[in-house]
Amino acid sequence: MATEQRSWERFDRRRRISRFALLLIAGVTVIASWRFMDTGIVRPETIPREVGDLLTRMYPPDVAYTTQIVQPLIETIQIAALGTLGALVLAIPVALLAAENTTPNAATFWLGKFIVTTSRSVNTIIWALFFVVLFGSGPLAGAVAIVFRSVGFLGKLLGEEIEEIDFGQVEAVRASGASQAQVLLYGILPQVKPAVVGLSIYRWDINIRDSTVLGFVGAGGIGVELFRAVNAFAWQSVAMVLIVILGVVVVTESLSAYTRGLVR
Amino acid sequence: MAAGNRTWERPTVFPRRGVKWAVYAGIVGFFVWSGFGVGADPGRIAQGLGSAASLVGDFLPPTATPRQAQRILDKMLESVAMAMVSTLTGIVLSVPIAFMAAENLSPKPLYAINRGFISISRAFNAIIVGIIAVKAIGFGPLAGILTITFKTVGFFSKLLAEDIEDIDMGSVDAVRAVGASPLQTLLYGVVPQIIPRFAGLSVYRWDINIRTSTIIGIVGAGGIGSVLLTAFNRYDYQYVTAILLAIIAVVLVAEGVSAVVRRRYN
Repeated sequence: MATEQRSWERFDRRRRISRFALLLIAGVTVIASWRFMDTGIVRPETIPREVGDLLTRMYPPDVAYTTQIVQPLIETIQIAALGTLGALVLAIPVALLAAENTTPNAATFWLGKFIVTTSRSVNTIIWALFFVVLFGSGPLAGAVAIVFRSVGFLGKLLGEEIEEIDFGQVEAVRASGASQAQVLLYGILPQVKPAVVGLSIYRWDINIRDSTVLGFVGAGGIGVELFRAVNAFAWQSVAMVLIVILGVVVVTESLSAYTRGLVR
Repeated sequence: MAAGNRTWERPTVFPRRGVKWAVYAGIVGFFVWSGFGVGADPGRIAQGLGSAASLVGDFLPPTATPRQAQRILDKMLESVAMAMVSTLTGIVLSVPIAFMAAENLSPKPLYAINRGFISISRAFNAIIVGIIAVKAIGFGPLAGILTITFKTVGFFSKLLAEDIEDIDMGSVDAVRAVGASPLQTLLYGVVPQIIPRFAGLSVYRWDINIRTSTIIGIVGAGGIGSVLLTAFNRYDYQYVTAILLAIIAVVLVAEGVSAVVRRRYN
């Protein structure tokens, strides 16, 4: 008696075909994209040489330049800090609107969603372009740009935290005769406080990175120095600025990770 | 025996109360100092927001002549194309780097080098990388591709390496125990465990790359950003609004696609 031949296959026929089709579409899209861009002047094979050339011009970094970038660096850190603080203040009401369980009605819910989405879809640098028009160039425009960019991020994530709270506690506070403000203060806030602290620190970390480029559109910070050095082809100074930014970002990231570990 | 007076205090992260208030005072002081440093006096903010109200009129309604609309379309396609190509190149370069940056598979020195590269890539904003790429290889989308590829590698290999570190080493050992070569171990022991995350991460990064490619043109690295900056510099604010609406639309579509695909894979 012949034994039955059984074979095992990971995917059935239909899934195999759909997987193949998806890969094909992706491949065609990438090739079409490359053709579309028609990058004429520079051939890709020259890239390693060009980049290598740039790196040799950057070495050694101009250490004496450090004294000039301390002040802009401090300004960058200040922009990030104020931007995060401002965003947090604005994000709490936005989060309450954008959370399904605390928003008063459908209209306010969509208002909250609208604020969150718009803020997040517009990059910091575009917000900065806008506020430089309003406030004139300088760090104030940068700080306000950071605020408007961060509101969406904080509002969205805080809103999600608020949607997950235990509503029993809120009702308990309300049942004891608390006013609206008291319900917020004793029913909701204590439950999301760790998230508020953690998310703000996380966003502050991102804002430090973002505020390093604000200077390109005239919104203050270390980007101003970097832009100036690049335009003057002072590559050794550029290298120094980059090293300083790298240092600050690495320190910020570790500080942020450590502090978030504490509140978690 | 006197019953002890018991009080309850909310648990806090600070070991001592004095430390807590010192930290709070330090933070408040820092913010006040920052306020002065940035020049954020309430009068100036109020004035700026006041002029915002009148300026909003200049931005509305969004308008674009047929030629401008054509330009938005062309440059937007360029942005999307840049994102497509550099997502692919970025992911291809990320795979070996991710394997070398995973603590459980890679020898210590290799691990350190690759982690260092990842930190560097992540530390610099795309705009900074873009400006250097433009100086190195000239204006145009190639500089953009180079920039986004570089940023993708840092992001993608960091997250992929973390996934590799979380895999079940038991199945890797099992593959090795049947006599597989190192390459086969990687292919049959490690790869199948990370494929689903790999797909999700790729789409997520593609989404981010679309966003980045819409602004990188501000420093001359191709895409719609260049049109935006020119329009701003010409005070052509209604055209600016039209461009911004186009950017927001593309970003939202990309985010939607990315969310749908990731839900299917996770």
